[in-house]
Amino acid sequence: MEQILNYYFNLEVIARYLPDLLKGLLITVEMAVLIILLGVPLGLLLAVVRTYRIRPLNWLIVFLVDFFRAIPLLVIVVLTYFALPYAGIVMSSFTATVVALTLVLAAFAEEIFWAGITAIDKGQWEAARSTGLNRTQAIFVVILPQAIQIAIPPLTNRTIAITKGTSLGSVIAVQEILSVATSAQSLAANPSPLTMGAILYLILFFPFVRFTRWLERRYGSWRSV
Amino acid sequence: MELFLDTFFNLEILREVMPLLLEGLRLTLVLTAVIIPLAALAGLLIAALQSLNNRFLNFVLVGYIDFLRSIPPLVLLIFIYNALPFLGLRLGNFEAVVLALVLNGSSFFGEIFRAGIESVPAGQREAARSSGLNAPQALIHVIIPQGARNVLPDLVTNILELTKQTSLASVVALQELLRSAQIAQGLLFNPTPLVAAALMYFILLWPLVRIISRMQREVVVIK
Amino acid sequence: MKDAASKDVVGKATAGNDTASNATASNDTAGNDLVRIVSLRKSFGNQEILKGIDLAVKETEAVVIIGASGSGKSTLLRCINRLEEPTGGKIYLDDVEITRKGVNINKVRREIGMVFQSINLYPHMTAVGNVALALRRVLGMKRKEALERAEYYLDQVGLSDKRKQYPGQLSGGQQQRVGIARAVAMEPKVVLFDEPTSALDPELVGEVLGVMRQLKESGMTMIVVTHEMQFARDVADHVVFVHGGQILESGSPADLFGNPKEPRLKEFIRRVHT
Repeated sequence: MEQILNYYFNLEVIARYLPDLLKGLLITVEMAVLIILLGVPLGLLLAVVRTYRIRPLNWLIVFLVDFFRAIPLLVIVVLTYFALPYAGIVMSSFTATVVALTLVLAAFAEEIFWAGITAIDKGQWEAARSTGLNRTQAIFVVILPQAIQIAIPPLTNRTIAITKGTSLGSVIAVQEILSVATSAQSLAANPSPLTMGAILYLILFFPFVRFTRWLERRYGSWRSV
Repeated sequence: MELFLDTFFNLEILREVMPLLLEGLRLTLVLTAVIIPLAALAGLLIAALQSLNNRFLNFVLVGYIDFLRSIPPLVLLIFIYNALPFLGLRLGNFEAVVLALVLNGSSFFGEIFRAGIESVPAGQREAARSSGLNAPQALIHVIIPQGARNVLPDLVTNILELTKQTSLASVVALQELLRSAQIAQGLLFNPTPLVAAALMYFILLWPLVRIISRMQREVVVIK
Repeated sequence: MKDAASKDVVGKATAGNDTASNATASNDTAGNDLVRIVSLRKSFGNQEILKGIDLAVKETEAVVIIGASGSGKSTLLRCINRLEEPTGGKIYLDDVEITRKGVNINKVRREIGMVFQSINLYPHMTAVGNVALALRRVLGMKRKEALERAEYYLDQVGLSDKRKQYPGQLSGGQQQRVGIARAVAMEPKVVLFDEPTSALDPELVGEVLGVMRQLKESGMTMIVVTHEMQFARDVADHVVFVHGGQILESGSPADLFGNPKEPRLKEFIRRVHT
């Protein structure tokens, strides 16, 4: 028991590295906020564009969305950071992680919003159009408010999964929680910083995980991932 | 355009690294084949235990699930690989990856199976029990087959996600597809191997993505 | 060949009724018809649902369209505000062709209200919100003005006390009355009713039909698809029997129900009256 405390909850080690870890936490939060603020609206925009049923444009959207859903997050992060510079696009590791995760979140969000939109009864469109609302008005005033409500539980789940992916930034040396924790662990030859890092993730994400449970209880649990 | 192809899709380099990539792909598939059944079984067990409605047990299980849903899988993997050895628990990188992803996957499978079981009307269980089946029999023969169908899109989604997560193994130097591509890129100073690896993932997983979209549409239609 | 068939239908359709024959015969000279439909056709894929329909509706008239399910009567109604795009033929509203390319269909739809079988209230808005939405977004009314008008029409359908309720909190009959208020509040030239009572429990049908009667008395022009034959007898100025995508017979309710000529109409009347 004492051994466990000494290795995994070594207060002295934790105290030494806590300031660095908190800086890491700040960077994780910054990335997460940026990804959500950029990715979710981009996904919504793509889903709305898709309702206009412009054939070639829709094929392009579906293909891009499928692409970012099919390829592992880490591969996209690595591609953005290591491959794009060959095309003259050089980003900091922070920006590369944010860009990669934003695109992936946008892709999943598009899929979820689109599923919400198609779930709305056709009669809602007809009622709106029959009173003279144009397509855009019908989408924004009648369809989207209902579709977004359907989309919230799966979207919250997906957003948690993808913002957790900020930890992948450690692979390209973004100084976020995991990265700081790993280097502190090798410096201190003690895994307590890793324990602390895990606890920080818990503090960050646990409330949202509980929130999704509440949402599911409230809005029904279909499509829970 | 030619320069673009030369840089990002250089056929010569592709030919050179293809054996390495295919070797990596093989390991990716092996990982998938080991992890998914184990995670699904663990998830099924969790859901079955939850359906017993034991308060204490459910408290523990929900805690387990929510803990794993809050921790990034990479953090879990690094912890298992880097921190457990201090207790003398030294796992190889393959075993560490399998353990991390099975733990992580089991929490999602557990949630999905629970939702599936809850989606079956209570009358089904009552009918099964009143015909003399015991509780586990009712679960196995009546509830799970129906529940699994109700959450099929989620199940396939989780299979897709777990397959993608095997790429995390590259971080602990396990030479699966992504790691192989990174090694090749480092040797040749050309992104073609990375692009090729991405395309291989895409070819492998695109059908799953399409199937999920198709199934979700059907769920929607039924609604 | 097809033309000949449709002319034949026109002949039959108008045989029993003078006003209708005048209206359909004088396609080009245009009388005081509010809605005029000329050889309307509609196909879904290879299947022709409407095979040349001619129909004229005068202001303040109530026309009831009857026929078995699958006869094309709902499709006919849905073509009038172009929820379905006609494959052929023309539709005029106030002598303006609304089937012409380049017509602003949203402007046209302001003038044509519609009440649906499936009601289609917006579940995320209150009763008054449902009625006021198009007043604000389409007619551009100020919020206060729109709410006042919406409340006036909710009062007309007897639901002023339910204005803050959401559709989920209303009975089917109340929902459909809100649906009628939503259509009528636009003060359209004509209101289309697509089987407005078919989805309702039997005991809720009466309140909806009552509102429709009242609407007719106030002088609203109405085109109604319904299975409520008593309503057709009492309220219609004009009844049209549709079968197989064609109008087989039309006339006053007394003629049509009292002295049906078409064997298929006789059969239809016998069936709905047992």
